[in-house]
Amino acid sequence: MDNLCKLGFLTTEILLEGRNIHEAYGRTKTGIVLSNANASLDADIAYFETVKNIPSPAQFVYTLPNIVIGEISIRHGFKGENAFFVSEEFDAGLLEFYVSDLFKRKSIDCCIAGWVDFLGESYRAVLYLVENRSAARSLPWTTEHINKIYELANGKING
Amino acid sequence: MNPVYIIAENIVSPLASTALYNFISLKEGRSGIAQHNIPQFSPEPFFASLFPEENFSNNNTYTKFEQLLIASVSDALSLANIDPSDKRTGLIISTTKGNISLLETNKQDEALVKRMSLSASAKLMAEHFKIADKPLIVSHACISGLVALITGMRMIQSGGYDNVIVTGADIITRFILSGFQSFHAISNRACKPFDAHRTGINLGEAAATIILSSQKPKGENAILLSGGAVSNDANHISGPSRTGEELYQAIQQSMAEAGVITDDIGFISAHGTATMYNDEMEAKAINLAGLQEVPLNSLKGYYGHTLGAAGLVEVVACVLSLKENVVLPTPGFDIPGTSKPVNVNRELRQGQYTACLKTASGFGGCNAAVVLKKN
Repeated sequence: MDNLCKLGFLTTEILLEGRNIHEAYGRTKTGIVLSNANASLDADIAYFETVKNIPSPAQFVYTLPNIVIGEISIRHGFKGENAFFVSEEFDAGLLEFYVSDLFKRKSIDCCIAGWVDFLGESYRAVLYLVENRSAARSLPWTTEHINKIYELANGKING
Repeated sequence: MNPVYIIAENIVSPLASTALYNFISLKEGRSGIAQHNIPQFSPEPFFASLFPEENFSNNNTYTKFEQLLIASVSDALSLANIDPSDKRTGLIISTTKGNISLLETNKQDEALVKRMSLSASAKLMAEHFKIADKPLIVSHACISGLVALITGMRMIQSGGYDNVIVTGADIITRFILSGFQSFHAISNRACKPFDAHRTGINLGEAAATIILSSQKPKGENAILLSGGAVSNDANHISGPSRTGEELYQAIQQSMAEAGVITDDIGFISAHGTATMYNDEMEAKAINLAGLQEVPLNSLKGYYGHTLGAAGLVEVVACVLSLKENVVLPTPGFDIPGTSKPVNVNRELRQGQYTACLKTASGFGGCNAAVVLKKN
């Protein structure tokens, strides 16, 4: 796995700790909607280094940002709706719209959504577990809450 | 839900620079695929559908990737009566590798990272076309074009937008070519989708644009984008599902959303990359959907695999096929070569078609399907 996939994979492990999402909601009803700023540039640079010698298929496959969705899907057996967006900055409005819309259509009952970015020495992951049933300490999926949690996770505001 | 109309479309390819001229070329059976010998891209000669280099100006403002997007969106906008600067007009850009070629020719530093970012290209597009809304960028392997279209459809259905310009492009350079070569996925001749002797893909360059609108266009034969869905195999990052069940899931959902049954589907525009695994998986999915008798084509023998543009290029061809009541052939196909039979279309076929299905799959185990309908 490349750095971006490791980051998304491990963050999802923490997010889903103690949960059995695919049994609770069904494999096809769990979606993944992710975004970042640098797409797969970290892996692109690593792959292009190999091109100068012998191009590596094992590295080339990671030169697409949605591969992290594939890795999380394989690990947890999620087969539902998925999408990868690139934006300069974290876009809570986009996530709110896209994920809420999937719930409204009843395409999914549960979703892993958020930001997974990796380039060189810097990385950041903020993931949300969105469900159609409320749980203890859960908040409504609104742009305001999404932003607040993102800022908390990044130390921009004090918790 | 609000209906979503396709009000304008464009393809810029090595064959032509408008949707109509592309479609004429396709009906005449012309292909953009040829053998190329470009040592800076590949030590060996390779088959691909590439633009002549002189088509692009060497300017400091827009890269080749951006020039293609501009050409495609400009033509589509000239066919649609919409205001790009209206707050209720959206822009979505689909690509797999965007400006990756800059990595091949420039020193890696912060300025390069900034210039290469897809957001930089998106900003340039928004400025060029005076689009007020913040553009969205989809980068989701070979289903990017369909994910972008589905996103645009949902933005209009939700009532938040009146018009969405969906555009996509990819160019072929050493980075992409060497990667597919390293996978032994490149055919050593013009590709043969769904054929028993298929040996892999040809890559291709193109841009395409579709403008979606909540407003019904004037005239007869308005085409609706009426359903779309995405799924994941959860099986392997570089190999498709062994059963086709997950693509079938996307087909089923998109047909249900569009309110169509198998009898309504006049033809299928398949992904049909001409790799052993993709075409086999697609044939299985189409059988699971009960669509194995429906005429099916792959356009990869005309354009090669145009990656982030492919879904858009092929949906444009679907729009014109529905309007003209024809199904395009599948260049390269001779002998059936999938374990489950599908009805691969060989000749230009005429009929009465009211709806069609478009499918795509890609690395990361992703699948997408959309349904187009005549009004």
